Amino acid sequence: MAVLILEQTLNGLQFGLMLFLMAAGLTLVFGIMDLINLAHGSLYMIGAYLVAAVVQATGSFLLAVVAAMMGTAAIGVLLEVSVLRRLYTRDHLSQVLATFALLLICNEVVRLIFGSQPVMLGMPAALAGPVQLLPGFSYPAFRLAVIGVGLAVAALLYVLVGRTRVGMWVRAGASNREMAAAMGIDVKLLFTAVFAVGAALCALAGAMLGPILAVQVGMGESILILAFVVIVIGGIGSIRGALVGALLVGMVDTVGRAFVPMLLRSFVSPAVASGVGPALASIAIYVLMAAVLFWRPQGLFPARA
Amino acid sequence: MYRAILFAGLAAALAASAQAADQVKVGFMSTLSGPAAAIGIDIRDGFNLALKMSGGKLGGLPAEVIITDDQQNPETGRQIVDKYIKRDHVDFVTGIVFSNVLLAVAPVVFDNKTFLISANAGPSLLAGEKCSPWFFSVSWQNDGTPEAAGKYTADKGYKKIFLLAPNYPAGKDMVSGFKRYYKGVVADEAYPRLGQLDYSAELAQIRAAAPDAVFFFLPGGMGINFIKQFSASGLGKQVTLITTAFSADEDIIPAVGEPMLGIYNTGFWNHDLDNVDSRTFVAAFEKEYGRLPSAYAAQGYEAARAIDAAVREVKGKLDDSEALRKALHANTFKSVRGPFKINRNGFPIQNYYLRVVERDAKGRITNRTLSTVLKDHPDAYVDQCPLK
Amino acid sequence: MRNRMVIGTLVLLLAFPLAAKHWDQLFYVSFASRILIYAVAASSLNLILGYGGMVSFGHAAFLGIGAYTVAILMEQGVSSAWVSWPLAVGVSALFALAIGAISLRTRGVYFIMITLAFAQMVYYLLISLRAYGGEDGLNLAERSQVGFGLSLANDLTFYYVVLALGVACLYLLRRLLNARFGQVVQAIRDNETRMEAIGFPTYRYKLICFVLAGGVAGLAGALLANQSGFVSPNLLQWTQSGTLMVMVILGGVGYLYGGALGAALFLVLEEVLSAYTLHWQLGLGLVLLAIVLYAHRGVAGLFDGRAAARRGADG
Repeated sequence: MAVLILEQTLNGLQFGLMLFLMAAGLTLVFGIMDLINLAHGSLYMIGAYLVAAVVQATGSFLLAVVAAMMGTAAIGVLLEVSVLRRLYTRDHLSQVLATFALLLICNEVVRLIFGSQPVMLGMPAALAGPVQLLPGFSYPAFRLAVIGVGLAVAALLYVLVGRTRVGMWVRAGASNREMAAAMGIDVKLLFTAVFAVGAALCALAGAMLGPILAVQVGMGESILILAFVVIVIGGIGSIRGALVGALLVGMVDTVGRAFVPMLLRSFVSPAVASGVGPALASIAIYVLMAAVLFWRPQGLFPARA
Repeated sequence: MYRAILFAGLAAALAASAQAADQVKVGFMSTLSGPAAAIGIDIRDGFNLALKMSGGKLGGLPAEVIITDDQQNPETGRQIVDKYIKRDHVDFVTGIVFSNVLLAVAPVVFDNKTFLISANAGPSLLAGEKCSPWFFSVSWQNDGTPEAAGKYTADKGYKKIFLLAPNYPAGKDMVSGFKRYYKGVVADEAYPRLGQLDYSAELAQIRAAAPDAVFFFLPGGMGINFIKQFSASGLGKQVTLITTAFSADEDIIPAVGEPMLGIYNTGFWNHDLDNVDSRTFVAAFEKEYGRLPSAYAAQGYEAARAIDAAVREVKGKLDDSEALRKALHANTFKSVRGPFKINRNGFPIQNYYLRVVERDAKGRITNRTLSTVLKDHPDAYVDQCPLK
Repeated sequence: MRNRMVIGTLVLLLAFPLAAKHWDQLFYVSFASRILIYAVAASSLNLILGYGGMVSFGHAAFLGIGAYTVAILMEQGVSSAWVSWPLAVGVSALFALAIGAISLRTRGVYFIMITLAFAQMVYYLLISLRAYGGEDGLNLAERSQVGFGLSLANDLTFYYVVLALGVACLYLLRRLLNARFGQVVQAIRDNETRMEAIGFPTYRYKLICFVLAGGVAGLAGALLANQSGFVSPNLLQWTQSGTLMVMVILGGVGYLYGGALGAALFLVLEEVLSAYTLHWQLGLGLVLLAIVLYAHRGVAGLFDGRAAARRGADG
């Protein structure tokens, strides 16, 4: 039983940290540029596809991850400069619709290039086996690596945003954009840089989750909505909020998928329990989101002054 | 994917009159995108091969096959079939992969007096009380393959089993089929959502339940991910995997690779079956597509040949539904699976074989047929069917 | 001039199915019914989005609730349209009341997010209802019964019923918008603070507007369930809410016929383009992007250069 709880906790941690990678970029873009970006999930998809393509071409997972992060960042910058820049001053409805259009376009372009069938992306051979954590309990090495990468990024972002000058500019921009510009920060460059970093983080998430899930068109849509939930709960513009929100959502999802069916098993058939558990978890997540929006719309860790 | 062989169904519909059967129209709807795309593509390739081998004709008449992608979505499937029936006036609907899609479109097809030839899905709901004279399966009824797996599991002496299947009609059929023959202890059951790709929660459950073996039904990409994650979790040392051909065939093996070796599975056909028709099919398929055919490809091949035989039998008079039905029941073609009869509910009576994944003489990882587990096996629901 | 266009369109819509029947193209009557249904749904969204200024990202929920009400009632043996359709409107309106009461306390982007959250909640609720199909959806045994010797199973009859209801809804919308209520709601959209300062209970007006839109969407949902003969939780996915928003902006946010025009354009485009290429959504995305960036008054706005200047702030 203890092993079960430990294993499910690790699963929730892994899922939550990946959500954090997605949410971190999204919360900064939303917080600093006040831009709702529905195409954020598309960057995740593009990152995963790039990793798959480079792995097929070169055989090196590490090289593929680096290449994908740089490539996706470049694509992100391209999108920002050409389309998204025009949306900063527009209303939210226009932003939603324009980025929804980008989502459709990205899906189809990827489908044109790679086809409708999922692309194969395997775990790197070195990490494909189990690691024994306790006697009688092994956990997949790759998932441990994913947790490691997630924690490393969280630490890196903490240092970057909290302890460097650039980070200070980012926090200033998130707190009060006009004031930051008035103080002499090159806002345009900052925006582009933030967007590029967000895109790179999406690609990293795609590289980590691609081998576990599947690299296919539309893979970004389900995780995108969860990323929005996370940043709303955590606080728009706050990295710390994104981390806490992501871990919270990850845990609720795991509890729902793993423990609720176990509890319900005493009352209903296993098939019904298996169906109700995840649905309850999802409903709980959205109830939490609605509650935060109603009582504390700025989130758990408000970034705005 | 919307590839019409003739231009706009408009022109065809305008030109077609009620009587003249100068061509056979088939609505081929399958899952051609998403994690299970490989299944639909195999069925389509098998179907097209048969079509090619008969010169683009079915039963002597030129064939128009309208191929679309249901995207594994019952709603999309419903709209596509609506178009097939109302706009294209097809004579046959075939190709459907998933049972939930089939159940969503079946009423439309039956109400419009069109034949539904299932090249894959075989939900139990259509085998018993709700059996329809418009339904024919050239594949199997869902419970058949897991029944064979259950028998193998019981015969082999496994005592404690964990059951894993997606939460949709076929998943439920697979589990009930398995339980019909396996009477031992069920340690635990899990029903992930159809399309789920991350099995960390289920694997933790398996570890906690500590069974001898796991019987799982996870088609397409679901199976690929589960087997890879199972292998990565280290559970393979204590727990054996037993499954059906749906998680161990030529669509799964190339994606997973070596972790597949040694997995026992059951199915109604394998490419090494020793009969003339099967060998012809396998050779032609390898030549045309450069890969070994899965059972799915065989199903698609058979669907075309069944339509071909039936249309030839009624001499092209597609309006005579009674005669067409009799012809489909008689199935006057030699099946690649060997002994093959159609039961009165439209489902097959056939053998189910035990197979194991290993390296063949050419070093390829593939299935080898070991024995016949169930012989001339009808489905478990036919007695409830009121049809004659 | 506009009145002449409207009457002309109406005549065309009345004559269309007869022509289709003559040329044995009954499928297109079914397709046209679908367009009319989405026209009603998009118009209901236009009411709150275009005229009310409330960007609801969960409108598909009301469509889905209406559809499921009819489907579940039919599963339980109730197939009379006179019972299930009003109930569909009522249940959707009730949900709209509950969701609106909470959501309208928030503003701006938070309102967008919270409506999305509620729609997702209803979506997952319906998935968990395995008794009514869950994720696999529910078949309707037949179309709703209307009596009077009419059968909705006949595609032509169904089309005319949908047309009648659609025209009624648009007429009601027009009356509403020209009445005091409509004027107040538009004024609130333009400047809520000012209206509050004058003394209008803005929250109440917005809530009533929201509930009305929800109810009308429920009716569209009931008709949709009949048209497809099938309901599934997919009807409530956030991408469906997005599609409804796309229809409204295509047609013209804040124009009376914007919703109807947008729905027609969208569905016809989808039908025509998907016959040529699998990648039709690429075209849709590009068109949508172009409209948002350069022609954000939509198609209706292209015909209305003069009035656009008068209208002030966009949606």
